[in-house]
Amino acid sequence: MPIQYYIYLALSLFSIGVVGVLTRRNAIIIFMCIELMLNATNLLLVAFSKMHYAAALTSNAATQVGIDGQLFVFFIMVVAAAEVSVGLAIIVMMYRNTHSVDINFLNRLKN
Amino acid sequence: MAITQILFWFLTALALVSALMVLLSKNPVYSVLWLVAVFFAISGHYILLNAQFLAIVNMIVYAGAIMVLFLFVIMLMNLDKETEPQKDIWMKIAGAVSGGCLLMMFIALVKQATEMNHKTALLKTGSIGLIENLGKALFSDYVVPFEISSVLFLSAMVGAVVIGKK
Repeated sequence: MPIQYYIYLALSLFSIGVVGVLTRRNAIIIFMCIELMLNATNLLLVAFSKMHYAAALTSNAATQVGIDGQLFVFFIMVVAAAEVSVGLAIIVMMYRNTHSVDINFLNRLKN
Repeated sequence: MAITQILFWFLTALALVSALMVLLSKNPVYSVLWLVAVFFAISGHYILLNAQFLAIVNMIVYAGAIMVLFLFVIMLMNLDKETEPQKDIWMKIAGAVSGGCLLMMFIALVKQATEMNHKTALLKTGSIGLIENLGKALFSDYVVPFEISSVLFLSAMVGAVVIGKK
């Protein structure tokens, strides 16, 4: 499959995530859109790792090129899991203080 | 058209439609369920690229653990109702236009990149995504980042408990 198709798919998913962050007011939805952007990046990394693997396979049949990209995806997932646990705890604390998850309550730094 | 191509286009359409429905759903519970559909479509892409370990990890960690956590928080806060505050229409239009401009810029950049021409991502075959090779690399070259990530998890756990306790 041409690499451009994967790039366009990942870029579309990333842009949908950006639009979600810009247009929604619910903090949980914004957080989910950030997860969507992380997943678009992961998909792009895996596609590029297989692209480099295919290029290296023509010269060496036992090549391991591209394994770093897949391990990076693994570490991104690890960091995302840690981020979600802390982020949801922060959102729960914000709900406990303001009884809402509307991010427009959080503009006190503006004044 | 080969079966892999049909699967590729089906999974692509599923991912894009589900990602749009995450934004367009008024009810946050439906948004979570559509996001689970996106994650399953991306896992299908990983299987198509023969990255089997990442496909399973994506399904277990994202669709299994993280989305259940989101659903749990939404149910805990009683947010599963239609009356959530909306941004006014001009802010929505401005956000959509700026996101569309970002996508246009990305597409123009990719179209200019001539070194990407005639490159293909290898489907179905290739052994680098199997758990045997990934495990060997993870516990030889990447053992220090792997151990540091366990410390990261410990600090995240402590942070979540401390924030949640007050």
